[in-house]
Amino acid sequence: MSKPKIDDATGVETVGHEWDGIEELNNPLPRWWLWTFYATIVFAIAYCVVYPAWPLLDRATAGTFGWTSRGDLDHEMKAEASRRAGLLAELDKRTVEQIAADPRLRRAAIDGGRAAFKVNCIQCHGNGAAGSAGYPNLNDDDWLWGGDVATIHQTLLHGVRQPGDDATRMSQMPAFGRDGILTPAQVQDVVSHVRVISGQEKPSGSSQRGAEIFAANCVACHGAAGEGGRAFGAPKLNDAIWLYGGDRKALTQTVTNARYGVMPAWGSRLDPVTVKMLATYVHSLGGGEEAPASAAPDPATAAN
Amino acid sequence: MELALSRTGLWLVALLIAVAACAAAVDAGFAIHMGIVALACIIGLVVTLRGVDLSKAIMAPDQGRYDDDVIRWGVIATVFWGMAGFVAGLVIALQLALPVLNLGLEWTAFGRLRPLHTSAVIFAFGGNALIATSFYVVQRTCRARLAFPGLARFVFWGYQLFIVLAATGYLLGITQGKEYAEPEWYVDLWLTVVWVAYLAVFVGTIVRRTEPHIYVANWFYLSFIVTVAMLHIVNNLNWPVSFVGSRSYPIFAGVQGALVQWWYGHNAVGFFLTAGFLAMMYYFVPKQAERPVFSYRLSIIHFWALIFLYIWAGPHHLHYTALPDWAQTLGMVFSVMLWMPSWGGMINGLMTLNGAWDKVRTDPIIRMMVMALAFYGMSTFEGPMMSIKSVNSLSHYTDWTIGHVHSGALGWNGMITFSCVYYLVPRLWNRERLYSLRMVNWHFWLATVGIVFYAASMWVAGITQGLMWREYGADGYLVNSFAETVLALKPMFFLRAFGGLLYLAGAVVMTVNVWRTILGHLRAEPAMSDAAFDPEKDRPIVAAPQAA
Repeated sequence: MSKPKIDDATGVETVGHEWDGIEELNNPLPRWWLWTFYATIVFAIAYCVVYPAWPLLDRATAGTFGWTSRGDLDHEMKAEASRRAGLLAELDKRTVEQIAADPRLRRAAIDGGRAAFKVNCIQCHGNGAAGSAGYPNLNDDDWLWGGDVATIHQTLLHGVRQPGDDATRMSQMPAFGRDGILTPAQVQDVVSHVRVISGQEKPSGSSQRGAEIFAANCVACHGAAGEGGRAFGAPKLNDAIWLYGGDRKALTQTVTNARYGVMPAWGSRLDPVTVKMLATYVHSLGGGEEAPASAAPDPATAAN
Repeated sequence: MELALSRTGLWLVALLIAVAACAAAVDAGFAIHMGIVALACIIGLVVTLRGVDLSKAIMAPDQGRYDDDVIRWGVIATVFWGMAGFVAGLVIALQLALPVLNLGLEWTAFGRLRPLHTSAVIFAFGGNALIATSFYVVQRTCRARLAFPGLARFVFWGYQLFIVLAATGYLLGITQGKEYAEPEWYVDLWLTVVWVAYLAVFVGTIVRRTEPHIYVANWFYLSFIVTVAMLHIVNNLNWPVSFVGSRSYPIFAGVQGALVQWWYGHNAVGFFLTAGFLAMMYYFVPKQAERPVFSYRLSIIHFWALIFLYIWAGPHHLHYTALPDWAQTLGMVFSVMLWMPSWGGMINGLMTLNGAWDKVRTDPIIRMMVMALAFYGMSTFEGPMMSIKSVNSLSHYTDWTIGHVHSGALGWNGMITFSCVYYLVPRLWNRERLYSLRMVNWHFWLATVGIVFYAASMWVAGITQGLMWREYGADGYLVNSFAETVLALKPMFFLRAFGGLLYLAGAVVMTVNVWRTILGHLRAEPAMSDAAFDPEKDRPIVAAPQAA
């Protein structure tokens, strides 16, 4: 150990230690450093006084502000709930048709529905509700189960093929190829026919044979001309809109193995007003239909 | 001979146990891991049988020289694992920008490669740098050879086995699901054994010192080794589902488990990435600058303040969660108080250059050290700021956190490690100098620009993300869906990957430089800087000849 000496370059004394050539200067703590350190300590003490901080045996000091994170959240949620309470009560009292008929309520429901859609629906139907393979586009007027606001509401409440929900939208297309109802050649023929009625192919021998198979097996749900059947959620086949794809490969897959798309029953997941708002929003996207002339169905009877 | 026989016997017993565990394994991952252990035993057995007489090198060395074998291996391991970790980082950065690069395989999915990246850079790259430099520094500042040289070799190879088991485990899907503590119970136990051996070697060497005082770097190294041991053990108190299987249950559940995890996680940053690397700084900066440390008093005060305050700051990782408010308050205020103690290290490092600031211009290694300290200072200001609850409510869960971590990891840990490697390599292999100092300069600029791209893009991404998440319309409803916020970040993801590519390129330059230096090559290159010299002006003034 050497004696303290003066460092030439800085004129500061060393503390006299030396390790492998490294010495240490005897500089004091920088004042700004020390005072900033003290300031953070003062801040910490003050913060601990006003906010919950020190653990005791069965609780912690509450802090003079009486602030809690749960209380804070509760307060904000209550404020927001009371701000919206009047509107939500109005929406709750009315049917979706009544909401659709009232421009002010319709506007409010669409705003709420858009937000709920972004949380719950875009995972399958996409950000812009344009859907993707297997998930319907909600912007167009091609509806599987019906596009008036009450029908959309019913579909949302009970879902599509939702197990355990008696009122869910239910239907099942036979797996014509897999279950041996049709031979692979017959499947190709019926695919040809579907491609003819959708305007993608010219009629051929195959499509003519397919037309007969179609008439025998498919018209009950999809209609004689392939115009679809909403009672069964059977897609329209004579247009250019496809749920799983209209090329030969996708159609062969569909006819051979059938499809079984599912949507959750949102009635058991979201509150009734949110489902109404979602129905109003989806109805507003571009393809919403007028209520059928027969009579706006009472939701209670529609559910049966 | 007797020693060799008993060593062979030990390897055989270990091999048999590994093979038996492999055969009895209840899941494929454990079987593969025991296979890797068996392979390690076979390698050990072959080395022993081929008569490589380790005992001669270890037991009868030249007592007049420091024991540097392990340090040489450690430097090579640092460079190797650094490259592996940086490549993994670039891959996962690209995966975030281009999800197709997940390749649709479970082994190459982001979720498995991400811990591979974090563990490779923190524990493999950083850990090897810490072990190697600590063995180098403790010997020189204690003026004593390593205590327990055999154990020191065990620490090195045992640690590499830990790295291999951890890394392969991630790819196989073996994980505890705890960030930075992913390895399962048997790998944790192995690391505990290795770490205790490390502590024994380090403390043993300090005990054998011939210097009267313990140098400040050794305080930092010791606090790092002791605290990491404590953190590792407490956070990994798990009970295995089967003793021949890879799964286990933690002792702590729910919010208590979360608090223990982030007490661990935060102090892995505090003691592994801060205290340990400050130890490197405290030796290598004064050595490279050839200047005395700025302030002995500051080093004492900031050391004790740092290690006392750091250990309480973990709850700031759990703001606005189920963690009780009082714990969140304490996590925040301890983090705020940590600001100045952290900066004490930066001040002591930078002010050590007093009287030698010209070296920032002339010595690229010093330049790298200064940049490391600058990033250290920046991220240790940013950290306390982000721990303040109102800031955290914006920054938490966003890419801002990623940017913060990387300005610390790439800027501080990376740069200080690179500069230590550049210091060590010529000395450890007895080379006149590095292969190329100009390549160090290239590395410096590539890394610096890379960090700027990385940190800036993540700041923008994080603040964008935080603001979009909390954006409400006038009607009181959220404006953005999650998918929309992801889409908004995509350009930033590409910029981040570009920054990572530059940083990786710098590391490639370093790898070449280190490799050529070890081979003993010297690049013919002009000096980095030189004072101006004009031969035309290098003349005396003589009076013009007078006309006759």
